[in-house]
Amino acid sequence: MTGVLPIALGDAVKLIGFLMQSSKEYVAVMQLHGSVDVGALREVIDLFVGKIYQKPPVRSSVKRVLRVREVFGLELVEYEHPYVLLRIDCEHGTYARKLIHDIGDVLGVGAHMRELRRTRVGPFKESSGLVRMHDLSEYTYLWRVERDPRMLMKTIMPGEYLVSHLPKVIINDAAASAVAHGADLTVPGVSTLHERIRKGDVVAIFTLKGELVAVGVAQMHTEEVLQTRKGLFIKTKRVIIDRGVYPPSWRKHPSLKNGPSYQ
Amino acid sequence: MNAGLEFLRKLDDFAGLGRRYVLIREFTTNENYGKPPEQRSLDELMRLGVISLDKPPGPSSHEVVAWVKNLLGISKAGHGGTLESSTP
Repeated sequence: MTGVLPIALGDAVKLIGFLMQSSKEYVAVMQLHGSVDVGALREVIDLFVGKIYQKPPVRSSVKRVLRVREVFGLELVEYEHPYVLLRIDCEHGTYARKLIHDIGDVLGVGAHMRELRRTRVGPFKESSGLVRMHDLSEYTYLWRVERDPRMLMKTIMPGEYLVSHLPKVIINDAAASAVAHGADLTVPGVSTLHERIRKGDVVAIFTLKGELVAVGVAQMHTEEVLQTRKGLFIKTKRVIIDRGVYPPSWRKHPSLKNGPSYQ
Repeated sequence: MNAGLEFLRKLDDFAGLGRRYVLIREFTTNENYGKPPEQRSLDELMRLGVISLDKPPGPSSHEVVAWVKNLLGISKAGHGGTLESSTP
């Protein structure tokens, strides 16, 4: 199995969870165990678009209970017996191997997955350009031996790309410092935000310079934020920026200014 | 328009997100603190970065991560979604 595998480096590993919940796209080769005509094949393939039931395969990392997964798109790209080339656009956690097996069952002839290539993981698409392991090792050589880090620097994208598919909010320096310390985001610190943010959405919070501060859950719609001057907007879930990047803006309690005093 | 917004628009384009932004209040950012993500050094990128890798058929996703860690000499890395290693 080949294809898109985003690798998060350093603190960016904290963002992987938000990527795993996003949709995936595959190109797969299905091998039919008997001949069927194209019409029947198309008809059956269409049956698998939408919400489907799947029992995870024996060799899987999750509990084997029947669960519902959504297939957003299933396209017959090419059919040359016994091989069928399929493009699959599906919810996270959909097993392509299982899907193909089930299509074979409904067709009545049986089928299995011959090859699979992932063409998209959330925002990471094959068409945006992928790095091969060979390239990475060559660029690392250039950096370590030739002291030229340019290719490697071009290859590693800022970790912010891991949340590029989420709705976004930009906040001021003072709010960034507070959120970095674990505070929730309130309305007064907000500078700019995406339209159509809904209560309950997972949103990414950025500084005015574009650095990712944290990821949280919206407690207001965009419209509400526009109409109010105060209140809790985003509950902080995962802080990314380091605490020391922006200076704290809140005033320390006077008695603590010079450290606690003992009398 | 600030530099941060420009970068966020790049992220939106990358993800195919066509949403518009609403400006509530203008703020200025203190240039003495923080740094635009696109100005990160290699070292900083390795502490908060991502590589869109093309996984070859042989190794498992887990093995690929171990290989990247070893290659770059970093202790923390992880992958976004297991891609099974080969046809059983």
